[in-house]
Amino acid sequence: MLYILCPHCGLRPQTEFSYGGDATVKRPELNKEISDQDWDNFVYLRKSPRGKHLELWQHISGCRQWIKVERDTLTHEIFTTYKASENT
Amino acid sequence: MAMQKYSVFSLIKNAFKGHKDWEVAWKDPTPKAEYDVIIIGGGGHGLATAYYLAKEHNITKVAIIEKGWIGGGNVGRNTTIIRSNYMHDENGLFSEFGMDLWRNMSLDLNFNVMFSPRGIINLAHSDAQMNAYSRRGNSMRLNGIDAVLLNREEVKKIIPMADFSENVRFPIFGGLMQPSAGTARHDAVAWGYARQADSMGVDIIQNCEVTGFDVSNGKILGIRTSKGEIKAKKIGLCVAGSTNVLAEKLNMTLPIETHLLQACVSEPIKPILDNVVTFGAGHFYCSQSDKGEMVMGGDLDGYNSYAQRGNLPTLQHVLTEGIAMFPFLSKLKMLRTWGGIMDMSMDGSPIIDKTHIEGLYLNCGWCYGGFKATPASGWTFAHTIAQDKPHKLNEGYSLNRFSTGHLIDEKGLGTKTWIS
Repeated sequence: MLYILCPHCGLRPQTEFSYGGDATVKRPELNKEISDQDWDNFVYLRKSPRGKHLELWQHISGCRQWIKVERDTLTHEIFTTYKASENT
Repeated sequence: MAMQKYSVFSLIKNAFKGHKDWEVAWKDPTPKAEYDVIIIGGGGHGLATAYYLAKEHNITKVAIIEKGWIGGGNVGRNTTIIRSNYMHDENGLFSEFGMDLWRNMSLDLNFNVMFSPRGIINLAHSDAQMNAYSRRGNSMRLNGIDAVLLNREEVKKIIPMADFSENVRFPIFGGLMQPSAGTARHDAVAWGYARQADSMGVDIIQNCEVTGFDVSNGKILGIRTSKGEIKAKKIGLCVAGSTNVLAEKLNMTLPIETHLLQACVSEPIKPILDNVVTFGAGHFYCSQSDKGEMVMGGDLDGYNSYAQRGNLPTLQHVLTEGIAMFPFLSKLKMLRTWGGIMDMSMDGSPIIDKTHIEGLYLNCGWCYGGFKATPASGWTFAHTIAQDKPHKLNEGYSLNRFSTGHLIDEKGLGTKTWIS
C-alpha cells in the first residue's frame, strides 16, 4: 500500500486516490498556431522515466482535489506532494 | 557440430549413462567486436527474432544482448495465455499468423513447449456485451479465426463451477469462445528459441547491460555495454518495459508508458478448469496449470512503475472479481504472486517498425499481450530487420500511426494506458 500525503487532508492510503499520469505534460495553448507534432507530443508521447516522476493524482474518495506527487517509479518512494496550483 | 536432438531415444540413451553426457543447451560466449545484427533483450521476442533471422533470412552473425539472464523478464512472468480473438484486422491477422507458429512450435524447435489449445471463453454479463461479442466473433470469423458465441446454458455446461446463482451482481449472459486458443509452457518457449538460435550461430550474451548507443549522421554504428563496445549496422530493440530507458539514451520519446502488472497462482488442486476464462465485468482471467495451480491475473497496478513487484490493493481488487466469477477460489491459499513491467502503448497495440535512425529497429508496446505474440513478433521483426521494411503483417504496427491518426485501439480506451 502506498501512502500519499494529500496537501489538503493529510496522509491517506492510495486506495482513496485515482491516478492522473505525467504532470509535466503541457497542453498546447489555445488560439495559437499548433503543429501536428505539438499535438502528438501532448496526446501520445511520454518520457516515462525510471526514477523521479512528477505525476497527477486525484483524491477522489477524499477532498476530490487534483494534486501533484513526486514519486520514484523504481522504488515507489514518495518524496513531495504539492497542490495542483503550486509550482514545483 | 550438429545439435543434439531431443527425443525419447536420446532420453533413454542418456538415462543409461546417468545423464552425464547432455550437451549444454546454449553456450556462454564472449562478445565479438562486430555483428551483422544485434538484438537487445533476451526475452521471448528477442530470442524469437534471432531464431527467425537465422532460419528465415540466413543471417547468423547475430548477438542477443541481455542485461540479466534470458527469460528472466516478462516471458517468465506472464499467465501463458495464447489467443487471436481480436476484432481489428491488423491484430487478428497478425495473431492468427502467430497461432500457426504456436501449433508447430514444439516440432519446429525440437523442444516441448506444451502448447495446449484448450479454448478461451470471454464471459458476457449483459445484452449489450453479448452484442459486442457477437460483432467481435463475426469479425474474427471473417479473418479466418474460430469464434463461437455461447449462451448462458452452453457456458454452464463448460464451466459449471462459475457463479450461475440468481441475484448475483454480474449474471453470466453467455460468452465468446475461441476454441483454438490456449496456453503454453512459457519458460520452454524462451529456452527452445535460445537453444535453436545458439545452434545456428547466434551469440547469446547474458549479464551484459547496454549503457549507450553509437549514432553518427543519423545511422546506428554500435552499442556500448558493460562488456565493452560492439559494432553493428543493424540493431533491434526488444526490451518491453525497459524501452523508455533505452529510448532516453537515444534521445527518443515514445508513445509508451511503463506500468506494473501482477499475476498469481493458488496452491495446486485437482483438475477443475479445462479452459481459459475471463470475467467480463472487470479485468480478471484464470486458467489451471498442469501442476494444478489456478493461474490468475487482471489489472495493472495503475501508476508508472519499473518495480517488477506489486502492491496488495490491486491484487485484492483483481481477486475480488475472481471470486465473483468462481466463488470456490475464496477457499484457496495463494502460492505465489509476482509482477512484471509492461510497455503500455497509447492505443493498446504494439509497435514493430523502423525508426528515424537508420539501422535502428523498434519492437515494443505489447501491453497485456506480449507472451502470445512471441512467435509472430519475432517472425515479423526478423523480416523488418532483414528486409529493412515491415512485412504486410506488421505494417499497421507503425511508430508514426499516432501522429497520423491510424490508431489500432482494440478496447477503445484512448491514451490513458493505466485505465482498464
